[in-house]
Amino acid sequence: MSFDLLFDPLFRVPFVTGLLLAGLLPLLGMYLRLRNEWLAALAFAQMASAGALLAMVFDWPMVAGGVLAALLAALLKGLAARAGANAYALMMLLAWAGGVLLVANHPLAEQAGHALFDGQLYFTGEGHLVAAALVCAVVLPLLAWLSRPLLLGRFFPAFYRARGRDERPRLMLFDLLAGLAVALATVSLGVMAAFALVFVPPLIAYRSGSSWRAGLVWSALIGMGGYSCAFVASLGFDQPFGPVCALLMVMLFVISSVKYSRM
Amino acid sequence: MADDFLLRVNGLVAGYAAPVAGPLSFALHRGEILGLAGPNGAGKSTLLKALWGGVKVFEGQVEKVPDLQISHQAQGFDDLRGVPLTGRELLSLTGATADGLPSWLAERLDRRLDRLSGGQLQFLRLWACLTAPADLILLDEPTNNLDRAGVAYLIDWLAHAHADQGIIIVSHDHGLIDEVCTRVVEVGA
Repeated sequence: MSFDLLFDPLFRVPFVTGLLLAGLLPLLGMYLRLRNEWLAALAFAQMASAGALLAMVFDWPMVAGGVLAALLAALLKGLAARAGANAYALMMLLAWAGGVLLVANHPLAEQAGHALFDGQLYFTGEGHLVAAALVCAVVLPLLAWLSRPLLLGRFFPAFYRARGRDERPRLMLFDLLAGLAVALATVSLGVMAAFALVFVPPLIAYRSGSSWRAGLVWSALIGMGGYSCAFVASLGFDQPFGPVCALLMVMLFVISSVKYSRM
Repeated sequence: MADDFLLRVNGLVAGYAAPVAGPLSFALHRGEILGLAGPNGAGKSTLLKALWGGVKVFEGQVEKVPDLQISHQAQGFDDLRGVPLTGRELLSLTGATADGLPSWLAERLDRRLDRLSGGQLQFLRLWACLTAPADLILLDEPTNNLDRAGVAYLIDWLAHAHADQGIIIVSHDHGLIDEVCTRVVEVGA
């Protein structure tokens, strides 16, 4: 066990990259949960993983492959809105099958496949950091703009249509933003950690938030706090980041549940 | 009166895969509260939705003034348990005002929705539609799940003049229809 690596400048860029995404993913997760679409995050992550693997096989940038595949998934999800969870399950099956076949038939894909699932955070570079900062800069203001339509879609589904306005372009924009952020997180943090950060902090914040705004703040803080602990623990104990992050998130949920049930 | 025209419905037949309601004809002007009455299954709620395009129109026309803003309070409850939204945040979504809320609800506005009683929550949802900026308010069984205090407050609110708006109410509650509606149209009679 060694924590000396924590102070190595080599790990600053990966840490900051992950921290940005750990603050952003829970915010998207709050709205995905609001729409009962949290499973979509896993579908986006799996599609991004398969897309990144496919890109690697063709010697293209993995980030680009992952992002394109997740955006395609978001587009399909928007077009097949009525299919709901069935569409996510089909996308996951497609991505799993494609990913496993690539791993089985390409010598380099096996290693990359493991890295994408476990998380290759420590190998992220400045390109990932710039991409994460850009995604945050684009997604955060748009998410603030989309917040009202997304909440109205849950509480007053007929609000816009009764006023002769079509809410679908805005909902599709949200899908694309979620796909973009989850894809970048998948190629930076791995499938497991990306999904854990989308799913668990909102799960806790929905219980403990005293308002929607407070819930958003809580979820981002839980995401960033949990991520930071996972970063330290995985470096200190020399363990892969993804599983450590997922385990920590589940532990946070259990602890918060005990506290909540005592109140 | 012609300048106050909001909506004219002529021979409206509406439904989903097949027609289930109508024909219905009426005209509505600002300041009117129109009651749609009729037996269960006559398709009153379906016709209400057809006024803004929420269901398929098979026959007839709905003629509206340009840029008509419609606020529709639909029947039924989405399960709101577990969503950390306060009453004040709910009202701000539709642009509704907290002014005029009964005191038993106004003092609970900063609580989460899942900390309110069923009657309080229903009234708040109703209020979010009633006071949202709109020319035409459509109310579908507004007294469902309301407690006695809520029904009394609703009747009192509707009874006050709303000269700039038109209101259409679907309700099985004859007391409400008789007390607040300026005119009643029978559906499926």
